[in-house]
Amino acid sequence: MVVEAEVIRQEYLRHDKKFPHVWCPGCGNGIVLGSLLRAIHALELPKDDVVVASGIGCSSRLPTYIDFNTLHTTHGRALTFATGVKLAKPRLKVITVMGDGDATAIGGNHFIHAARRNINITAIIINNNTYGMTGGQYSPTTPYGDKSTTSLYGHVEHAFSIAELAVTAGASFVARGTVYHASHLDRMLEQAIAKRGFSVVEIVSNCHVQHGRRNKLGGAVKMINSFKESAVPIAKAKKMSPEDMQDKFTIGVLCDVDKPISTEEYNRIKQEACKIDDYEETHKRKETKVKRHEE
Amino acid sequence: MVSKDKNRRLLLQGNEAIVHGALAAGCRFYAGYPITPASEISELLSVKLPQVGGTFIQMEDEIASMGAVIGASLAGEKSMTATSGPGFSLIQENLGYACITEVPCVVVNVMRGGPSTGLPTNVSQGDVLMSRWGTHGDHPIIVLAVSSVNDCFSLTVRAFNLSEKYRVPVIILSDEVVAHTRECMTIPDQDKVRVVDRIQPNVPPEWYKPYADNNRGVPDMASFGEGYRHHVTGLIHDERGFPTQQPKEIDRFLHRLHDKITKGFPEIVLSKTIDMEDAEVCVIAYGSVSRSAMMAVKKAREHGIKAGLVQMITLFPFPRKVIDAALRQCKAAIIPELNMGQMSREINRVNQSGTAIIKMNRIDGQLITPDEILKKILSVS
Ligand SMILES: Cc1ncc(C[n+]2csc(CCOP(=O)(O)OP(=O)(O)O)c2C)c(N)n1
Ligand code: SF4
Repeated sequence: MVVEAEVIRQEYLRHDKKFPHVWCPGCGNGIVLGSLLRAIHALELPKDDVVVASGIGCSSRLPTYIDFNTLHTTHGRALTFATGVKLAKPRLKVITVMGDGDATAIGGNHFIHAARRNINITAIIINNNTYGMTGGQYSPTTPYGDKSTTSLYGHVEHAFSIAELAVTAGASFVARGTVYHASHLDRMLEQAIAKRGFSVVEIVSNCHVQHGRRNKLGGAVKMINSFKESAVPIAKAKKMSPEDMQDKFTIGVLCDVDKPISTEEYNRIKQEACKIDDYEETHKRKETKVKRHEE
Repeated sequence: MVSKDKNRRLLLQGNEAIVHGALAAGCRFYAGYPITPASEISELLSVKLPQVGGTFIQMEDEIASMGAVIGASLAGEKSMTATSGPGFSLIQENLGYACITEVPCVVVNVMRGGPSTGLPTNVSQGDVLMSRWGTHGDHPIIVLAVSSVNDCFSLTVRAFNLSEKYRVPVIILSDEVVAHTRECMTIPDQDKVRVVDRIQPNVPPEWYKPYADNNRGVPDMASFGEGYRHHVTGLIHDERGFPTQQPKEIDRFLHRLHDKITKGFPEIVLSKTIDMEDAEVCVIAYGSVSRSAMMAVKKAREHGIKAGLVQMITLFPFPRKVIDAALRQCKAAIIPELNMGQMSREINRVNQSGTAIIKMNRIDGQLITPDEILKKILSVS
């Protein structure tokens, strides 16, 4: 195990280039980084064929430190870039890493459409219930009543449940894990990356510096340990009453279905379009007499 | 298939000619979102791209289209999007990303009346300065204005070539009139089309520095998945591609970004002059308006007036040399535009000879006619 960890460190981290990292001591982002590398290592993916894209935020700094084709994009847009990469070169394994604000506020539209489109991409969302990088403002997953730098009187809106949102939007695979359950997280990520179709892993994490401190949730250790209590395996949760599930959330695989993948459908269209010889015929424009009302 | 288009004389709309130009230039990825008056570009590419092994995708909005275009270009495909005013506003965020990461791509803006939803089906030239300064921060960019169906083909090829060579986004400014006017044009044989591709690294991957300077000021560009693992970020970065806060490195990077375009001026800055040899009055125009201007100048000559035309093809970087020469030569310069005078302000900035700058502006969604320009020429002669 120790040997394996050393192999992974040597093989996948950008030692000579990018350390020290920008994260606060104890931030869950580091645990996610380790877990992602273990999953990629277990799947034996060639490094040259892996693209890791991210948006903007503390969590989105993750690709900077790992030795793949890495792409740090604009806030919320990682999935749009990833879509272009994947369609242009379908043989690449494309993974995105986003924060809760990145993926579900500014990038919320891209997120649901990526799920609907079902392109072969894995979306990892590190949910720390706040905008860490900009100083702890409320995010779409900040719980009702919580304090943040923009909700000092207590938050009056309600939170998204990211994994459930992904299921509804049509993702092929959706799982939730936490940074406390690291080896479980390894397995969730491995499954998601291996899955054909759009896969999502929501990772509940800690931002003790911003969200934890303002809501008296303790330091990094206490916050991470608290996930041990609040996370309930899906099977177990089914036997629990809604009252017992109050302030708790489920972990495990929420959805795993097989359906047509857009990446392959696009390929099929190319095959068919190439067969059409008389190509002027195919797009002979119908001169519409209908008046279009355009906006 | 494509070969069927060889030497074809076709009756095409501007929008269609842009599609033919893009395919001839090697465009193999397009992402867009429907909008009048640019939609024909999407519609036609959705048919044609798959036939040449390329990909068409309709995204959820223009922000996403621009992101996908950049992603595809990073993976090695020549990529493009096309839009109009409201969508052009949305692409600005990721357009800046393409500038700072030096990702080649082409953006077509078929201008319609604004602001906001404005006049969706009417012509305008209201986005001229936005195309130069729409995305935040100092950034280099190339803007070409098309005035005919022929232009739509040849300048689209040119846009891709410049974009690949200088690793900079190139904006093609079209307008509703050019987009929907049908004209005859001959699509040249594919081997007659000059196609430029980005220069890829030929050093071993461990030596590759994705943003290292060279004598061209344009770093070699590796595609994702070809063994040259590297980092791409919208943060100011060092030559290895990683974020930097070192004032020296920041300064060097930003200067190179601008200098690479300055070095290319002779090839990038294009314009056309008609009857300027002995002109005493000139019309300076671009886009569809330059067609009216051309006719007006011809008619003025019939009236015995020494009139000439400077047609700006590259709007930015600004064609200072040719404008400066025209202003020095003429006693008056007429600037007809379908906006409140966006380019005339730029022209005035380089006016060192005290030449009378006469603005002519129409913002009612209609094209300026040759007669209107002729009248102006007559009035100053
Ligand atoms: C368009 C845009 N708006 C705002 C910002 C400022 N900004 C940077 S990071 C961030 C929030 C990040 O929060 P989250 O995605 O939850 O990630 P975390 O930092 O918590 O990991 C914001 C709002 C930006 N970079 N771009
Ligand atoms: S601010 Fe929060 S999310 Fe950002 S590095 Fe620190 S602990 Fe992590």
